[in-house]
Amino acid sequence: MSAAIEVQGLTKRFQGRTVVDHLSLTVPQGRILGFLGPNGSGKTTTIRMLCGLLTPDEGEGRCLGLDIRTQSHAIKRQIGYMTQRFSLYEDLSIRENLDFSARVHGLPERKARVEAAIERLGLTARRHQLAGELSGGWKQRLALAACLLHQPRLLLLDEPTAGVDPKARREFWEQIHAMAAEGLTVLVTTHYMDEAERCHAIAYIAQGKLLATGSVEEVIRGAGLTTFSVAPAHGGAETGLLARRLRGVPGIELVAPFGALLHVGGGDREALLAALEPFRREADFLWREDAPTLEDVFIQWMPAQSPGESRP
Amino acid sequence: MNRALNGQRFSWQRLRAMMFKEFIQMRRDRLTFAMMVGIPMMQLILFGFAINSDPRNLPTAVFDRDHGPFGRALVAHMVASGYFRVVEEIQEDAQIEAGLALGRVQFVVSIPEGFSREVARGRRPELLIEADATDPAATSNALGTVSVLAWHALDRELRGPLAGLRSGPPPFELKMHRRYNQEGITQYNVVPGLMGVVLTMTMVIMTALAVTRERERGTMESLLVTPLRPIEVMLGKIFPYVVVGYIQMTLILVAARVIFGVPVVGNIGVLMVASVVFIMANLAVGFTFSTLARNQLQAMQMGFFYFLPNILLSGFMFPFRGMPEWAQRVGELLPLTHFLRIVRGVMLKGNGPEEILGEVGALGVFMLVVSVVALKRYRQTLD
Ligand SMILES: Nc1ncnc2c1ncn2[C@@H]1O[C@H](COP(=O)(O)OP(=O)(O)OP(=O)(O)O)[C@@H](O)[C@H]1O
Ligand SMILES: [Mg+2]
Repeated sequence: MSAAIEVQGLTKRFQGRTVVDHLSLTVPQGRILGFLGPNGSGKTTTIRMLCGLLTPDEGEGRCLGLDIRTQSHAIKRQIGYMTQRFSLYEDLSIRENLDFSARVHGLPERKARVEAAIERLGLTARRHQLAGELSGGWKQRLALAACLLHQPRLLLLDEPTAGVDPKARREFWEQIHAMAAEGLTVLVTTHYMDEAERCHAIAYIAQGKLLATGSVEEVIRGAGLTTFSVAPAHGGAETGLLARRLRGVPGIELVAPFGALLHVGGGDREALLAALEPFRREADFLWREDAPTLEDVFIQWMPAQSPGESRP
Repeated sequence: MNRALNGQRFSWQRLRAMMFKEFIQMRRDRLTFAMMVGIPMMQLILFGFAINSDPRNLPTAVFDRDHGPFGRALVAHMVASGYFRVVEEIQEDAQIEAGLALGRVQFVVSIPEGFSREVARGRRPELLIEADATDPAATSNALGTVSVLAWHALDRELRGPLAGLRSGPPPFELKMHRRYNQEGITQYNVVPGLMGVVLTMTMVIMTALAVTRERERGTMESLLVTPLRPIEVMLGKIFPYVVVGYIQMTLILVAARVIFGVPVVGNIGVLMVASVVFIMANLAVGFTFSTLARNQLQAMQMGFFYFLPNILLSGFMFPFRGMPEWAQRVGELLPLTHFLRIVRGVMLKGNGPEEILGEVGALGVFMLVVSVVALKRYRQTLD
């Protein structure tokens, strides 16, 4: 199976600041890759380099077998890119926006395709409404429909489900999986853990560097995290107070409330056990070692970088 | 994969898509559209009436060193013509300069000492009229009247032995001195010129905003990942405004005719064809600005910055031949200069295609050069 995306050493700097740092990525055809990372980690920038919107300062690669530096025009015809910020025309109606997309791609049977897309969206009654008047979630759904119109072979989706309700999200993922089964390759960024778990594979990026790739299980295993879940032993015990005491203790890298429970963990098992020793002797809480979740892993990774640098 | 599939070539279909979209957006943006029609009308009415082709009651100062009957009679006739209104009697030379320089008076009539005596002797003394011709349109009719007056003003005074002076040349020599501006513009100069000014202003600013708007609203990111090529985007943005330009021209031509009675000597068709080059040249300038500006405000400012030399150095504001050498050189580089020659040539002098060919050629060169710059500047990426 050939790779739909294959890039090596992709690097982008803005005013001397490295935003994407020697990133290499391979996505086989027909796969859904979840692209994750904190805000400002370089996800959008990477996607823009893949579709030719930004020129990489270093590195090279291919999308759909075409060189991202020299053949971006041919790449553009075969990809669907959904931008993070709504980028359809707010002063055109739903139908006019889709029609414009169809025209610039020179699609045959344009009218029928546009009508079909509108119907699939369930917007037939509102197709003459201006796109700018749609609610946030509907804008996202319209944008997705627009970038699927020309039946691309590769989809680059930048937070496609931000602000979308659970039912529409579920439909979105069903649609994506159905298309992937037919050979469409998808790279999707998201901040939702449940969505990450719906992907065939995930890639985690922080400060422009790729920290982990693989299936969810592989990434969790690779993180080598030991976690405990802590429950109050009686009504008077407050996990909130415990959390405050645990934070900052050497060896403890993760303290995250999880409903009434608390997740506590660390990368170095021995150090963690040693650090927890005095707390576990207290009778107020019940400690149980459990399997770390993807979220535990990400939260543990996040404070590793200074927050000031990761923000724009 | 062959080239056509690869989309390397220009595509009419994509261009049409772009144009179609622009038209819809233009139609939706009511305010801008109203402005595109409103600006020419407003300018036309303001400029048009301000230049009032036949101004009367112009403030005049009289410097009478003669105090004789003939001088007084002449002034009375000038006032009676309706063009002059005596607002000042001056006593010394210095006041002549002051009155004109400060714009207090438009004319100074100087009657020399012994004027009446010299007239009576048939010596044809000199009568000097100095005019502030900063705005020649204001003075030319009045001055024209004086020359006619000169023949008859003194008829009644030349009686008895002097009756012989009635025939032959006027009994005095009229000397007119146009101050500040030697070249007298004809009265209909401004309205046709306005056509070029309106087109320059609206065409440049509208297109300058067109691309920056896409960038500001974030739609550029989507537009850039479509297979649209720069030339398609540029032409797609420009063509709808060519239509707007023609609407503006038609409005002005009709108004020039109906409201101001400007004669159209030449062929309107010739003018319309020549204008497309001028309109496209301005649109290309606007497109170039929009590739340079980071936001709509900057694009707007660039538009005005371009507008200024055009209006000042093209011969619209000041007579072109009256400008200093360097200003004329700069003026030759501006499209408005050439367009003004075309419009005035066709409308007022009845120029045909052969006569304006050189000017159209100059506009064509300008348009091509700017288009190349625009396309070079247009980034297909976000960096
Ligand atoms: N055009 C630009 N000029 C300068 N800096 C930029 C530019 N675009 C992005 N950056 C910087 O690059 C870094 C990465 O931005 P990017 O948008 O790729 O992050 P992201 O991972 O998509 O974040 P988010 O999850 O918030 O969407 C940020 O620090 C941002 O400030
Ligand atoms: Mg982003």
